[in-house]
Amino acid sequence: MSAQPVLLLAPEDNVLIAVLDLPAGRHVADGGREIVLRQAVPLGHKLARQSIPAGAKIIKYGASIGSATRDITEGDWVHLHNLASDYLATPTQSAREHPE
Amino acid sequence: MRGWLRQDGRKGIRNVLVVAYLVECAHHVARAVAERHEGGDVHMIGFPGCYPNDYAQMMMERLCCHPNVGAVLLVSLGCESFARGRLLEVVRASGRPASLLVIQDEGGTRSTVERGRAWVEATLPTLAAMPTTPMAPDELVVGTICGGSDGTSGLTANPAIGRAFDRLIGAGAAGIFEETGELIGCEGHMASRAATPELAAEIVATVEKAARYYTTLGHGSFAVGNADGGLTTQEEKSMGAYAKSGASPIVGLLKPGDQPVGSGLYLLDVVPDGEVRFGFPNISDNAEIVELIACGAHVILFSTGRGSVVGSAISPVIKVCANPDTFRRLPDDMDIDAGRILEGRADLDTVGAEIASLVEAVADGAPTCSEALGHQEFILTYKSFTPAGPSCLPARAR
Repeated sequence: MSAQPVLLLAPEDNVLIAVLDLPAGRHVADGGREIVLRQAVPLGHKLARQSIPAGAKIIKYGASIGSATRDITEGDWVHLHNLASDYLATPTQSAREHPE
Repeated sequence: MRGWLRQDGRKGIRNVLVVAYLVECAHHVARAVAERHEGGDVHMIGFPGCYPNDYAQMMMERLCCHPNVGAVLLVSLGCESFARGRLLEVVRASGRPASLLVIQDEGGTRSTVERGRAWVEATLPTLAAMPTTPMAPDELVVGTICGGSDGTSGLTANPAIGRAFDRLIGAGAAGIFEETGELIGCEGHMASRAATPELAAEIVATVEKAARYYTTLGHGSFAVGNADGGLTTQEEKSMGAYAKSGASPIVGLLKPGDQPVGSGLYLLDVVPDGEVRFGFPNISDNAEIVELIACGAHVILFSTGRGSVVGSAISPVIKVCANPDTFRRLPDDMDIDAGRILEGRADLDTVGAEIASLVEAVADGAPTCSEALGHQEFILTYKSFTPAGPSCLPARAR
């Protein structure tokens, strides 16, 4: 089994990827540093490697995957609540189940 | 590997009898003819529309003359607008046994089903008696698609397929990846891999077209399940999907039905040209698989994280499962366990080599999981395209 619960895909990335379901409060290693998870992060989801101000790009695979919609703190789960596409809005289940 | 040599020089890795309905009104009769051989080498395809569509006509011609197809039975109602006579001529000219049944001329459902079944029974021994011939890796066309993606797709299965593509293309195969609407945000990187500057410009233009198209529709290729799996944005999904293409130079840009010109990596543009018509470019994964097959793909590498179970008519589908939990939940449906990479039990190169070996085994006749389970999904809907320009296939222009 993999010793590390997170993956860094490219050195310039500001997010890490959980390779298993991680609970809030879990400490994960990022190089020589430790990051404490501020919320639970499910398998395949992203967590902030550093604090990211609102409007800044989220970098994964060494490429921008969109912009922060609010200030993000190191260790935060990064998903629909704080990241948006620069191209197209992301459809969500709750928006489909509960239309305006 | 072994294959069936067709009159046009291509070889097939399967020798399928296709039953094709030419309008939804003929679907039941076609199904009644084909279902006796369910899960076997009689596959049903068809076009449901009654109104004429050049794209659908071209697609049915390409599919009925696909190298994996050995014989074709066409089933028409009679009053639909599909050019059935032209399709029959094209298939016969390709050297394949072919027949056309028109329900309104045959006396209705019962007699058409009987005649169709009789034709199939009489034709299957002819197919079984056809000799095979050795087939080399440089005669293979391999397509790749992802469906039911999650956050693991772009970490394991997609880059592993990319490694497999590098190996197969290195051995002389043609590889086709898609789809431009799922590559929004990757256009600059793709352009840098294009064989010529003119092709690079075509690639950028085709992704811009896709972005416009999806913006007009107000919806990308992003399904709600993608977000549950950890993907947040279209461009994040794109970067993960893009990893399937590997590292080879891009030698051509195809539209559905265009055939690769020799070895190398090709991008398939599946987004229609012109104003937005007929709705979503591809309403589900199988529509994309059908387009890859129409481009001559013998076998499809299908990457899935959430767990798609589909196969296809005509060409086998190899399921590469990105997520180790999904693999444990759906083991019968998955050919390759790429999620081992997340658990430290394998690396990308190992899984890439495993996928490339499985492609050769499947080309040699080994059934994929979806074939063994009888999956033969097929869907074809309305579209319209203008022909690709000469800069899209530099090898042909030379």
